[in-house]
This record gives sequence, C-alpha cells and structure tokens, in this order.
Amino acid sequence: MSIVLSAKNLNKYFYDPEKFRVLTDVSFEVQKGEFLSIVGKSGCGKSTLLYLLSTMDTEYEGQIEMAGTKLTGRSQDFLAHFRNEHLGFVFQFHFLLPEFSALQNVMLPGLKLGRYLEKEIEERAMEKLRLIGMANYARKPASKLSGGQQQRVAIARALINDPTIIMGDEPTGNLDKANTENVFDIFRDLASKGQTIIAVTHDPDFAAGTNRTIEMSDGLIIGNHENKIQ
Amino acid sequence: MDIRIASQIAQTHLLAKKRQTLVAMLGVTFGIAMFITMISFMQGVNQFLEDSALDASPHIRMYNEVNTQRPGLIEQLNPGKFNVIYHQKPKDEQSRIKNGMTIAGRIERASGVLGVSPQVATQAFYNNGPIQISGTISGVDIDRENRLYKLTTRLKSGSLNALKTNPDGLIMGAVLADKLNVRTGDKVTVTTPKGGIRTLRVVGTFGFGIGTIDNTKSYGNLSTVQEMLQRDPSYITDIHIKMIDPLMAIPFGKQLRAIYGYYTEDWATANTAILAGEKIRNMLTYVVSFTLLVVAGFGIYNIMNMTVINKIKDIAILKATGFEGRDIIAIFLLQAIFIGVSGGLLGLGIGFGLSYLLSITPFDAGGFISIKTFPVIFEPKYYILGLLFGVVTTVLAGYFPSRKASQVDPVAILRG
Repeated sequence: MSIVLSAKNLNKYFYDPEKFRVLTDVSFEVQKGEFLSIVGKSGCGKSTLLYLLSTMDTEYEGQIEMAGTKLTGRSQDFLAHFRNEHLGFVFQFHFLLPEFSALQNVMLPGLKLGRYLEKEIEERAMEKLRLIGMANYARKPASKLSGGQQQRVAIARALINDPTIIMGDEPTGNLDKANTENVFDIFRDLASKGQTIIAVTHDPDFAAGTNRTIEMSDGLIIGNHENKIQ
Repeated sequence: MDIRIASQIAQTHLLAKKRQTLVAMLGVTFGIAMFITMISFMQGVNQFLEDSALDASPHIRMYNEVNTQRPGLIEQLNPGKFNVIYHQKPKDEQSRIKNGMTIAGRIERASGVLGVSPQVATQAFYNNGPIQISGTISGVDIDRENRLYKLTTRLKSGSLNALKTNPDGLIMGAVLADKLNVRTGDKVTVTTPKGGIRTLRVVGTFGFGIGTIDNTKSYGNLSTVQEMLQRDPSYITDIHIKMIDPLMAIPFGKQLRAIYGYYTEDWATANTAILAGEKIRNMLTYVVSFTLLVVAGFGIYNIMNMTVINKIKDIAILKATGFEGRDIIAIFLLQAIFIGVSGGLLGLGIGFGLSYLLSITPFDAGGFISIKTFPVIFEPKYYILGLLFGVVTTVLAGYFPSRKASQVDPVAILRG
C-alpha cells in the first residue's frame, strides 16, 4: 500500500473576530484505496481540515503532499489544475451550477481537463450518472433537482476525472435516511473498487462503515482507529 | 485553456438569466445612445453656428486698402527737419485692384482654391419712395458668388437666374427688403456715393441669418454696379476667395499678399470672436461628452459588477472543480464583450434614431435663420467612438471584478 496523502503539522488560524487556533499540529497519512472518515463535534475543525487537504484553502502552516506532489505554497492556477486532475469534491450543500443540466455539471470538469474528446466525456458522464442512478435526470437543469438528486449528481461530478482522492464534506449531512444510505452505498462501492475516499461526517453509522476513522476535538486528533468492516 | 468551454459557460449564463442580460445590455445601450444623441446635437449646433457665421464671409478677402494717412511731399524731401504743413488732403486713391480679373483668374487656377469671386463693393442708399436706407451693394458674377456662398440655399424668394437675365436686377437682403417694404418684382432706386442713381428691380431676396448682412447688403450685376460707379469693366475692388481647406487660407493669404501686394484678410483674423466662441463651445462639448461617458461608464461598471457578484458562488464551484483563474476571467470577459457589443450596437441604433428624430423636429428659428429643424450632425467617428467606449468600459468592468473573484480561495466564498 502506498501513501497518497500526507499532512504534516497543519496549523490553521481564524483572525475574525479575533485570532483563534482552529487546527493544532494535525498530522496523518492516507493509504491508497482507503475509505477514511473524519468525525468530531461541530466546530472541531474537521471541515476546515478537509478544505486544507482539498487545496481550496491555502492559508495555513504545515505541509500537505498528495500523489507525490507537494501542494503547500503553490499558485492558485497550479492548485486548480491539480484539483481538476486528482480531486473530486462533494460538498455538504451539493453546489451544482444551477443553470446547467445534470449532465453538463458532470461533464464540465472533464471538458476542462481535456483528457478525452467531448463525445467520450459525455459517454463517461452518462456512465457515472448511471452508476449513481441519475441517468434519467441527465438533461434536467440542476436547479430543478431535489437535494438528494443534486448530491448524487455532485458525486458523479467528483468521479468524472477518475480522481486520486474523493473528498466529501458531510456528503450525506443534508439528506434523508434513504438518500443517505444510497449515497453511502455508492461510496462503499467505490471504495471496494480501490477508490481513495476521505469523508467528514458526524454520522456515527456512516463513520462505522468506513475503513478507518479519525476523531477530532478542538483542532486536535484525539483518536485514530480502524473499523471492522462487516 | 479551451476557449470553447469558457464560451459555452458564458453562453449558458447569458441565456439562463435573459432578463438580467437584457438589463445589462440596456445599461450600455442608454449610455451610448445618450452620448451619440448629445454629441451629434451639440456638434450639429456648433457646425451650424460656425457655418452660418463663416459661410457668409470669404476665407480670404483681397482688397486695396485706401490709406488716408500719407507723409507730405516736403516730409519726404526734407526728412527730420522743421516742416509745417496744415490741412493736407488725402490723395484721390481708387480702391481698385489693378488687373483684378486677371488676378482672380490666376488665383482660381491655384491648387486648393474652391472658388474666387471678383467684385465691386460700394456703399449705397436705397430709396423706395420717401424711405431712404443706407447699405452696401456688391456687383458680382452671380455664378461665381454662388459657388462661394451657396446663394441658392440662402434665397428666400426669386432666383439667381433672374439676375443673369436682367441687367438691372438686384438680389436684396431679406431684412433690408422688409425695411424698404419691397418684394420680388418691386423697384428700388439706388444711389452711390459718387452720385450715380439707378433704378433697379428686386429679383430675389436672400437671408444668411446674420443681421449685418441681411440688413444692408444687395447683389447686383458686376457690370451694372461698375456703370453706377462710372468705372470701366475692369474695375474690381474686392476678390473673395474660398479654399477647400479653410486652414489653408491663412498661409495662402500671406502668399497672395506677397505676390500681388494687395491687402489680404483671412477668415481667422476677420472672425476672432467667432473663433473664440467656437473654441469655448468645443470645450463645452468635450466636457459634456466626457461627463456623459463617465456617468455611462459607472452605470456599466455597476451592472457588470453585479453580474459577476451574482455568480460568485458559481465561480467558487468552478474553481473547486478545477477551473483556473484565467478560465473564470475568460468566462466573464466573453459575457462582457457580448453585453458590450450587443448593447453598444443597439445604443448606436437608438442614438441614431434619436438624432434622426431630432433632426426632423420642426424648429422655428424666426424666418431669417436658414434652418427649419434642429441642426444635428451624423458623423461616423462619434459612432465608432461610442461603440469603442461602450465595449472597452464593459470589458474593463467585467475584467476587474472577475479577476478579483478568480484570485480568492474558493472556500472563502463557499463557507460564506
């Protein structure tokens, strides 16, 4: 097993309204193919940590390395390109582009990467939508989809470029039980195929179903244990 | 970067919010339409004022200045000595230009000259019954004079041809004719300072819209006026010259003076006050245009800013999924260019329409000014300027906020 992500001594501060230390010397590593969950109470810094790992927040101390590339201190454009190629991100509040159809939302990162022709990207996008059971809604505008449907489209979008890691920030936090199970099953399925996944959650059931759980409190890692997979 | 994805996203944005796109376009449109209308109208007024003042005067007037001051003979023979002369009379000098017709013909052939009109001008008394009014009469070759001053367009009644067919014809300033209470077809007695009296028939009236001319001046046939002054057919007192480029008149006038030795006066010297007024009006036009453009520019900037801010979440999502700063900028620049160009073109159309409506709006200037509608100028350069300004402002107004948005961490927006 190789290491795909390593975080060393991450420190993060918020300055508004006053200086506040969100993360304190957070270090850990993620193996390829791992399904990792990060749990903790609200405000413990787990989402902040995930944003740092996802390179979307660049104001921190410490070092992040992913897929053999050092990501600390890189330019915005380099990081954007890196995210495009190596990262799939699923937000808590779905965050699709409302004017575009579900299919277009999924296709856009693929078109940006330009690894395949547009035709192939469309086929791949349809395939991803089928995978998550949204193929029937491919042509619908994102703004006309329900929350759970949007979240599933967001997962398909995260998958389009076959990323090194998929990150989810409370990917099921906004969904009802049926949808949560649906999304979780998709993640489990992907993980079993060797996809590396890091998900932040406060759902104990969700966390229990992952390979490993990192527990956080007040910006510190207080627990790190493997889960028995049933 | 693939411009196709950017343009696809830009197109989707524009089409998804049609009303917002339209409002943004109209913001550009009104700014430019107002600019076009204002500048066309103001320049039209300027042009009209300039034309009505300068069209009535020659670019160069060549004449023989009769100098009443002359040194006494004894002063010339015995300079600097104790000479006493009382009541020295001026010499009887004729204000004729020698070989005037030949000079006129030669000037006419020079390059850059639009037309030359040799003429005899003199003071005169106009009598109609007991009424006697002083004025001037110019004996002209009416075709040449017409070439200089577009008399056909200034005529209020009668025709120029009537003057050619009737040696005793007279085309009179409209105000003067009113004062004398004569109309086309009536007879007027004209007395010259030398005592020559002749009865002439008014065959037309003209109005330049300038009091000093319409009040006093009449045109007669060159030969008739020469006869009235009891002079020979080569007697010419003034040569009026119009150039193709008015600015050429100043050096050309100096040149003529050096060649022929007669006094020349160019339009710039003769119309200093008008030129100063012109400069001030031009300044005013620039100030007003600049103000309009600045106001329009701020309007456009606000709208584009709003367009980008409305899309700030989309920008964060695009960045999160791997779009780079320049992709974001390209997306909004394309939208800005579309809004700028389409709004600008529409603005040109509306500006043209408004200018056209203004130019056909009846305007009662009082019978003596030669316009019936508002003066409006249709100058392509203002349209080009307007479009250029609209597009450049819109593009800048789209560029700065989108560049700013493209530089922030996506999380700073999404966490919002």
